[in-house]
Amino acid sequence: MSNQIERFQDPGLPEHVHRNADVDPRAAKRAEQQVAILFLLSAAGTVLTIASYIYVKSSTFVYLPVLGRTDLQQLLLGIGLTAATLFIGLGAIQWAKKLMPDEEVIAERHEFRSEEVDREELVSTFKERADASGIGRRSLIKRTLGLALGLVGLSPLVLLRDTGPMPGEYLNKTDWAAGTRLLRDPDGQPILASDIEVGAVTQVLPELPAGVERTLENTGKDAVLLLRLRPEDFNLDPERLSWTHEGIIAFSKICTHMGCAVALYEQQTHHLLCPCHQSTFDVTRAAKVIFGPAARPLPQLAITVDADGHLIAKQPFTVPVGPSFWERNSSNG
Amino acid sequence: MKRISSFRRHRIAGPILVVAALFTIATAFGVASALPSAQMTVASGTSTLVSQGKEIFLRGCSSCHGLHAEGGGIAPSLIGVGSAAVDFQVGTGRMPMADMSQQAMQKKPLYNAQETAALAAYVASLAPGPAAVTNESLNYERDGNAAQGGTLFRTNCAMCHNFAGQGGALTNGKYAPSLMGVDPKYIYEAMVTGPQSMPKFTNATITPQEKLDIIKWIQSADHEQNLGGASLGRVGPVTEGLLGWVLGLGLLIGAAAWLAMKAK
Repeated sequence: MSNQIERFQDPGLPEHVHRNADVDPRAAKRAEQQVAILFLLSAAGTVLTIASYIYVKSSTFVYLPVLGRTDLQQLLLGIGLTAATLFIGLGAIQWAKKLMPDEEVIAERHEFRSEEVDREELVSTFKERADASGIGRRSLIKRTLGLALGLVGLSPLVLLRDTGPMPGEYLNKTDWAAGTRLLRDPDGQPILASDIEVGAVTQVLPELPAGVERTLENTGKDAVLLLRLRPEDFNLDPERLSWTHEGIIAFSKICTHMGCAVALYEQQTHHLLCPCHQSTFDVTRAAKVIFGPAARPLPQLAITVDADGHLIAKQPFTVPVGPSFWERNSSNG
Repeated sequence: MKRISSFRRHRIAGPILVVAALFTIATAFGVASALPSAQMTVASGTSTLVSQGKEIFLRGCSSCHGLHAEGGGIAPSLIGVGSAAVDFQVGTGRMPMADMSQQAMQKKPLYNAQETAALAAYVASLAPGPAAVTNESLNYERDGNAAQGGTLFRTNCAMCHNFAGQGGALTNGKYAPSLMGVDPKYIYEAMVTGPQSMPKFTNATITPQEKLDIIKWIQSADHEQNLGGASLGRVGPVTEGLLGWVLGLGLLIGAAAWLAMKAK
């Protein structure tokens, strides 16, 4: 049995089949004309591009099926540029496929290993030159070269420092402190508790000390959502209930999953939805996660009112806002 | 007589009778339900409007919202929602609801403008609430500031209604509708009343001036020209990417197949 399984024989190349253009001069002529037409279409595309740029007024709108109202100049420029480049390529491919030689050619590979005599010559040359450079004798040069080469690798290590500094307390702290007034986003007005109706939602930022500029980075962790529900709708423990004011409740707007702004509020179901990954938080139960990938509830901001009736923060956030980070202390939620 | 009695026993007599009966009942019901509208006359005073509205309410709304608009298990109380809420919900066809699914959808209004006004007057007479507005009273073109409106829209509205006002999905099949082609007065009334899932944006949190700004921005977004023709829904990279991948990659695959094909 075993001697019947012979080595696989190289079947060789299949018989070459000639193309129409190889055997029929008229077909070859046709192919030549096709290629020429494709190149001419490219030229026409360039003419169209330049002509539409010069002669078609910008903001001329025409109605086209499927596309609707379209800017004519933009459309013609697009068609012209596409034609100008595409048809060069199509012409070249057609040329190569129909007219250029297509006989199969076998290019033999030479052996990968060099000739023995070449290998010996390389080794002897290397030894000879190394001897001539005197690196074995001149130990001063050898050692200083070693030092220089070794030190070169150090400088990229120093540059690694630029990936710092470490965030420190930046991710743990926000601009909210005891007594910080709640300001309306974007107009920056303080908010009277009586102005917030049941079913209303307001986007809120903290009032910053005089002279401190509001930066986008800080807004990204300070943003707060203010909602008012009927107090009987709440299902909170006594501590969290004391953080609300007559049905007004405030949460960090930054999702604890990936930091998107959680602001899709359904006022009938009291659900807050994050648009990025559909994490859903139940406002009546202190923004408990009821669906989606978020691991923690949205941090609640304790609020109360000052003497004028304006809403203020009772205390800073008790936990870091936003998504998890390496140094986050998760012992208290 | 004999003929009739023989026909009575014919095998298609039963089905014909059922169809005839259904047709008669349906016609009678249609005429009966159309009659009160036909009898309706244009009201002259508010009290007439209120009593007319009450009549429509009792007939069309009270089965869910209660005989005194006090609400029930399946529908909220309408006391204090104001004429703005009625004008929005009934004027856009959302109420009466066609089915009790995820949310009331916009459809062809069931009541005409006069009947809607009567309903609104009746509901407004129950308790004070936000008043309905008219398109003419909102001079957003003159008084609105589109740039300011854009800032307000991105802060307060874009999360649900999409950054270009195209609408978007909420939970459990609910959705925020597109704002394109919506009458300015309905945008205004939706903000003050907070219909369905939408929170309220009262005049204390977003002033009437700011509401005009937002409306002006929405209108300018609505009338913005698409340079490239098809807007692809203006929902950003998802549709654009999908089209690019399907159309672009499809073309590339076609080109690759053509390249590799042996010429004849």
